[in-house]
Amino acid sequence: MISNKLVFNRRRLLVGAGAGALAGTLPILMPRKAGAALRVEITQGNPQPMPIALPEFVAGSPAETEIARNVTAIITSNLQRSGLFAPINPAAFTEKITNSDAVPRFPDWRVINAQALVTGRMTRQADGRLKAEFRLWDVFAGQQLDGKQYFTTPDNARRIAHIISDAIYQTLTGEKGYFDSRIVFVDETGPKERRIKRLAIMDQDGAGTRYLTRGDDLVLTPRFNPSTQEITYMSYGQADPRVYLLNIETGQREIVGNFPGMTFAPRFSSDGQRVIMSLQQGPNSNLFVMDLRSKQTTRLTDTPAIDTGPCYSPDGRYICFESDRGGSQQIYVMAATGGPAQRISFGEGNHSTPVWSPRGDFIAFTGQSRGQFSIGVLKPDGSGERLLTSGFHNEGPTFAPNGRVLMFFREQGAGPSLYTIDITGRNELKVPTPALASDPAWSPLLS
Amino acid sequence: MIEIGKILRSARLVAVLATALAISACANQAADNAGGAGGAGSASTPGSQQDFVVNVGDRVFFETDQTELTALGRATLDKQAQWLTNYSQYSFTIEGHADERGTREYNIALGARRAQSTRDYLISRGIQAARIKTISYGKERPVAVCNDISCWSQNRRAVTVLNAGS
Repeated sequence: MISNKLVFNRRRLLVGAGAGALAGTLPILMPRKAGAALRVEITQGNPQPMPIALPEFVAGSPAETEIARNVTAIITSNLQRSGLFAPINPAAFTEKITNSDAVPRFPDWRVINAQALVTGRMTRQADGRLKAEFRLWDVFAGQQLDGKQYFTTPDNARRIAHIISDAIYQTLTGEKGYFDSRIVFVDETGPKERRIKRLAIMDQDGAGTRYLTRGDDLVLTPRFNPSTQEITYMSYGQADPRVYLLNIETGQREIVGNFPGMTFAPRFSSDGQRVIMSLQQGPNSNLFVMDLRSKQTTRLTDTPAIDTGPCYSPDGRYICFESDRGGSQQIYVMAATGGPAQRISFGEGNHSTPVWSPRGDFIAFTGQSRGQFSIGVLKPDGSGERLLTSGFHNEGPTFAPNGRVLMFFREQGAGPSLYTIDITGRNELKVPTPALASDPAWSPLLS
Repeated sequence: MIEIGKILRSARLVAVLATALAISACANQAADNAGGAGGAGSASTPGSQQDFVVNVGDRVFFETDQTELTALGRATLDKQAQWLTNYSQYSFTIEGHADERGTREYNIALGARRAQSTRDYLISRGIQAARIKTISYGKERPVAVCNDISCWSQNRRAVTVLNAGS
C-alpha cells in the first residue's frame, strides 16, 4: 500500500556532511560588516517583499542540468509563496553564473535592485550521490551571508531544495523556515453524498502526493506524531468509528485503545508518547488520553457536554479544546492533567477546532458567526482575537512549523480545497492538490 | 446547483401526494428513500423494510444545532416504535447526521447526540435496548446536496436503518 519512495532516511541525507549539514559550511569569503545585516521584517506581514535573484543553479555536468533547474525552481517558488520575497524575473539578469565558487559581479545585481542573490551548483559524485551547494549573497554589502553543501541520493533533490529554501529564509528573516515539511490531508473524490476519502501526504508546496489509504473506509482528521513517522486519524472501518494509528513507513495500522464507544478527534502530545481524543458516551463526548507505551488511559474531562478538538501547548503543560458546556462551542484551556478548565474565547459567535502555535504565542481556531466560517487567532490568555479570513466555509487551521503560516480548508461549491494564509492575515494562497482536499495537518520540520 | 435541488424536491412532492400520506416531512423523506424509482410504496409488503421506510417513515429531523426531538419527530418515532414492536425480528441501527454548517468533529458528536435522543425515545416506547445500535456520520453523508436552508434541514436527521440480516 505504501510506496517505498515515501520513506525518507534522514541519515542518508547527512552522509558526507559529518555531524550535520552545518559541518559542510563553505568558508565565508568576506567578513560581514557589523550592523549591515540584510533582514526581511516578517512580523508586520511585510508589505514590501525583498527582491531576490535566483539564477539557475550550475550543473556540475550536463547530466545535472535538469535537476539543477528543478531545484532552483522549487526554491524560487517556496520563497515567492512565503510572501516575504519577490524573486526577480531571470530575463533581467545580466551576469550568467557559471561558477558558483566565484564571487559574483555585484554591480550587475545591484542594477536590477536585487538585494539578495542565491547561487548554487548540483554535482553528481562518483558514488552516485548528489552534491548540492549554495551561497547566499548580500548584494549591496557585497558579501556572502551563508554557504552550505549537502550530499544526498538524487531522489532527495526536492528535499534538498526545501532545506536550502529554509536556510535562505532563516538567514534573511532570523527565524526558522517551514519548507522542509509535509502535509497529511484527506483527498476527496466522488459525489458529495458518497464521497470517497483517502489519507494522503505531500510536500508543503503541494508536490509529491502519495496515498496512505485506498478509500474503502471513511477517514477523517489525520494528525502527525511530532517525533515519528506515524499519524493518528479517525476511521469508519468495518466496526464502529475509531481512532487509529498508522505508520507511514511500514503501513502498519492499529486501533488506539479499547474504548466502549466511538473515539474521534485524536491528537498526539508534544512528545509523541500519548494520544488525546474524544470518547462518546451516550449524549456526551469527553476527553481521554492514552499512553502509547503503557496503554493506560486517563479521563481528562467529565461534563454533560461535547468536549472535543483537543490540542496540547508546545511545552506539553496545557490542553486547549472546544466545549459546548456553556451553551455554545467555545475554546477552553486546562492543565494537561485535566481538572478545571477556563474559557478563553469571548469574541462574537462560536469558536472551535483550536490549534496551538508551535511558537506558543497564538491559538488558531474556526470561528462561526452570522452564517460565516472564519479562520482566526487569539492569544492563549484569550486576548487579541483576530479573524484572518471569512466566508462560507473555512475550517480546520493547522500551523506551519515556525508558527508564521496557517493552512486550512475552504469548502466552496465544487468541494473543499486547501489554502494557506499568514498569521498577519495577508498572502492567502491556494495549495495545489490532485483532487478535492480537506483536513490538512502540517508536520514538524523534517530536518 | 440550487435550481436542480428545487426541481428534485418538487418531484418528491409529487410522489408524496401520490402516496397520500399525512405527515409531509416524513413522507417526503420516505419517498426519497424509496429511490424515486416510480410507484413509491404502493406495493410494499407489510413487515418489509420497504413497508417501514415508506409507510412508517425511517427518519426524524432536527432544528439547527439541536438534538431535542420535535413534535413531528416524536410522532414519527411513535409509529416506528409500534411497527418495531409488531415486527420484533428486526434489530436496527440509528444513524445520526448533521448538516454541513458545523465543524467536522463537533458534527460527529452532534450526530451521536441525535442518534442517542432517538434511541432513548424508542426505548421509552418499549423497544429493547439490545436491538438498537447507534452510529454518527456527522456531516459526512448528506442526503440532500445543495446550499440552501430547506436542503440543510433534510440533512439534520436520525435514520432508523433495519439490519438486513435480522
